[in-house]
Amino acid sequence: MLPVRDVRARVRRSMLPARLPWVRTQVGWADLVVAAAVLVVFYVVIRAGAGAAVSFTPNRPLHIDTDPARLPYYAVRSLLRMFAALAASLLFTLVYGYAAARSRRLEKVLIPALDILQSVPILGFLTVAVSALVGLFPHSLLGLELAAVFAIFTSQAWNMTFSFYHSLITLPRELDELSRNLRLTRWLRLWRIEVPHAAIGLVWNGMMSFGGGWFFLVASEAITVANHEYTLPGVGAYAGAAIAAGDLTGIGYAIAAMTVMVVGVNFVFWRPLTAWAEKFKQEQSEAVDVPRSAVLNLLRRSHWPQLIAPAKRAVAEVLGRAGRIFGTDDRPLVTRPGRRRAGDVAFTVTVVGLVGWGVVEVVRYLRGSGEGLAVFAEPLLLGLVTLARVVVLMVAATLVWVPVGVRIGSSPRLARIAQPVVQVLASFPANFLFPLVTWVLVRTGSSLDVGGIVLMALGAQWYILFNTIAGAQAIPTDLREAMADLGVRGWQRWRRLIIPGIFPYYVTGGITASGGAWNASIVAEIVTFGGTTLTAHGLGAYIAEATTAGDHPKTLAGIAVMSLYVVGLNRLIWRRLYAVAEARYALA
Amino acid sequence: MTATTTTSAGEVLLAADGLTKSYAGADGELPVLAGVDLAVRTGEIVALLGRSGSGKSTLLRCLAGLIPPTTGEVRYKGRPLAGSNPGTAMVFQTFALLPWLTVQQNVELGLEARGVAPRRRTEAALQAIDLVGLDGFESAYPKELSGGMRQRVGFARALVVEPDVLLMDEPFSALDVLTAENLRGELVELWESGQFPTRAIVLVTHSIEEAVLLADRILVLGSRPGTIRAEYPVELPRPRQRDSKDFGALVDAVYAMMTGRDRDTAPAATPARRTPGNTPLPPASVDGLSGLAEILAEHPGPVDLGALADELGLEVKNLLPLVDALDLLGYATADRRGVALTDPGVEFAAADVQTSKHLFAATMDRIPLVHTILTSLQRTDDGTLRAGFFRDLLAHDYTAEQITGQLDIATDWGRYAELYSYDAIAEEYRLDPAQRTAARAVG
Repeated sequence: MLPVRDVRARVRRSMLPARLPWVRTQVGWADLVVAAAVLVVFYVVIRAGAGAAVSFTPNRPLHIDTDPARLPYYAVRSLLRMFAALAASLLFTLVYGYAAARSRRLEKVLIPALDILQSVPILGFLTVAVSALVGLFPHSLLGLELAAVFAIFTSQAWNMTFSFYHSLITLPRELDELSRNLRLTRWLRLWRIEVPHAAIGLVWNGMMSFGGGWFFLVASEAITVANHEYTLPGVGAYAGAAIAAGDLTGIGYAIAAMTVMVVGVNFVFWRPLTAWAEKFKQEQSEAVDVPRSAVLNLLRRSHWPQLIAPAKRAVAEVLGRAGRIFGTDDRPLVTRPGRRRAGDVAFTVTVVGLVGWGVVEVVRYLRGSGEGLAVFAEPLLLGLVTLARVVVLMVAATLVWVPVGVRIGSSPRLARIAQPVVQVLASFPANFLFPLVTWVLVRTGSSLDVGGIVLMALGAQWYILFNTIAGAQAIPTDLREAMADLGVRGWQRWRRLIIPGIFPYYVTGGITASGGAWNASIVAEIVTFGGTTLTAHGLGAYIAEATTAGDHPKTLAGIAVMSLYVVGLNRLIWRRLYAVAEARYALA
Repeated sequence: MTATTTTSAGEVLLAADGLTKSYAGADGELPVLAGVDLAVRTGEIVALLGRSGSGKSTLLRCLAGLIPPTTGEVRYKGRPLAGSNPGTAMVFQTFALLPWLTVQQNVELGLEARGVAPRRRTEAALQAIDLVGLDGFESAYPKELSGGMRQRVGFARALVVEPDVLLMDEPFSALDVLTAENLRGELVELWESGQFPTRAIVLVTHSIEEAVLLADRILVLGSRPGTIRAEYPVELPRPRQRDSKDFGALVDAVYAMMTGRDRDTAPAATPARRTPGNTPLPPASVDGLSGLAEILAEHPGPVDLGALADELGLEVKNLLPLVDALDLLGYATADRRGVALTDPGVEFAAADVQTSKHLFAATMDRIPLVHTILTSLQRTDDGTLRAGFFRDLLAHDYTAEQITGQLDIATDWGRYAELYSYDAIAEEYRLDPAQRTAARAVG
């Protein structure tokens, strides 16, 4: 019996007369815990939020105290940034995804744009965002804060938006018909049908993207733009300060704090959320294996949800009435083809015009800066070097982690232990570990040209392991038993059962890993430890140098070329592999 | 055939005039409905009866204002529809309940959309829930309910908004036999009791018995494209007894109308030459049709399909594609008395696997699409052809979805007959080597 159902059975609304709910039961310990937790969260937010408005002179970088006692405060500041970015991503997702799904014309522009946006190396844009936003809020940290939030946002938003858009366009036909037949308002349709239908995808994608966001948090808290150092109080900056000082103990503290944050947020926020999102499952029967969460159970056991329920209903009622201005969900039966076509033409002309104007401006800008289109030549060549690194990384990671993943995934007991660990490893910001590797490289006098591969792999490899485990778990037991029964073993077993079984999962992991590796190259091809700076040849180093020097034409060219590489690889290789996986190897 | 012997003289609530609907195919428009006129009056239950592909669900959605007709119009109380029909509420085959809302919240949804105040909303919802016998389930979630209970929620949700016309899209076909029977009974009781909050019902069904059991008027839709082919008033007193003589007679008459190899309108009656376009393959697997052949072989003489369906615990609709397939293969004939195996059919039913494959292969000449694929492959040098070639051939007569279905069946049959193979990755048909030498020997 699921705990979810127990609670539901107890809260029979029809059995409760108008009596106030809190008269009915005494306050339990669960209520006290929840109330205290809420209070603490408020306090922490206010304390940390006050720091964001601190005035600051950009000439002098903020001093980061490497006293471990300051770490909790820094950790909270970092967390606030993460959640601010998550909120922004959610808002963006709802608006952008809805627009793309609802407007036939916008869809044609928004979806390809999203596809490219998610392939763009975000770190390259960070510097641009920092200088723009610091300029906007010259005398406070707010500009920097916003830039950091923006960087994290760009690592989260695209995935979530795709997921939401996909849910919207795959809404079951009868739910669409139901909505129109009942003449729901558009507002009601969005919140009662569309968002709940998309909820599971949003939560899971949000969780995955949030994991990726830590990387950008760390990267954005200490950044050099146009030879100017900017620092934000946070765990990433703390680690940065420790690295600059060559303080290995400090780095150790920072890593410990980071681990606590990643695991803690997972436990207190994402686990409960994924368990809660189970109620939005479309399938009409009780699933056996559902995510559970101790925190969610605690919340459900407390009386707070019932206490706030009337207020929640009242707010929903008011919003529902206000939402009527968005109109009724209806589609006119008569469309005028002439008008429709005229609209299409006007839209196309506008879009093509805007894009054309933009291209002309870019070319003029590059000419004006004295570089011309030749500026693209160097990054194109350097891109090949980074590509080589990505390929070596992928091959190595595959050879190492696929066998391990299959081993773990084939044993339910092992998988239960390993999977949460791998999940944490995958969300742990790899750039946090860079100094340790760099330290080894400096000590051994190795070149970063090779060492860079290790740095890039630190983050990217986990996606391959993670997905391989999932793939191995998905191979049906009866298939395994049939193979064992037939005496299929060794290489034949791999060729006939395991590789086809994990292939679709491997491809999914591969896309993520390769995209992540490209992005990581921007921070992995130039690294500093203590006073030593190591540089590798490659597109990542090119972009990093251009941004540090504030050379905008080069930054632009570097980012554009890297996007081109990522999009090109996706189209030429990953998409095709994905299609094969879908058609041939899907274990239905 | 009775043209318009409408007995009820109530006000016309819902009317369709010259309704046609066609969908864009790869090669021009494909008609689904071709000229439907109908009127739904106060106080009657109208059943739209037809086999799959007769466009009955499309017709219902046109009446609901959910999809635009290609030509013609739907009028509600005399006014042409511009959007979704405000006077109807729909009950769905798949229930279409929102799993994240409780029973009560599901039922309240339509009222909420109309801006009814929360207190009144709750009141009305509880009343509707009570009406359909779901009292006590208000706070349950749909997944906690059985299929029958879920459809009750579907009914309550539609009834609570008190529509003039209740539209039902095969509301009982996703339920097991007993549950469906029970719900049908309760629906009729409620309708007769005068408590029913709607003034008319339109029921889409492919079950003849269900139509005769519930409706005041049955409109039989013909297939490809859909037209109203016959109208039967049902004047049996309620509650209707399935075992009464009149009931059986009416079921037989409708049944004969639907299966009797349609004298006037059906395209597949006696076409000059069978082509893949005018002879769609019924969705029947080789296993399915051989199974039916074996069952028929145990009965000497014609077997009544209704009785057979009962015996197997199936519905007639499940058997129809198999009967069509046997008929197309020349293994069985269907008429008023029922289905009977022909001599080749008897032989096929009795054969072992290898022999039955040979027999099956020999009849493939009669199957236009399989024949087309085979001869096309024989004319190529290497004996392979892309599926796209055949898709293009069929594009004139079928929608993309139908083409996929047709090719799936032709692939299944052709593979079984060992005429050709199909590579699903390369999407390519390949002639069986034996057929190749056979073709060469002939040529």
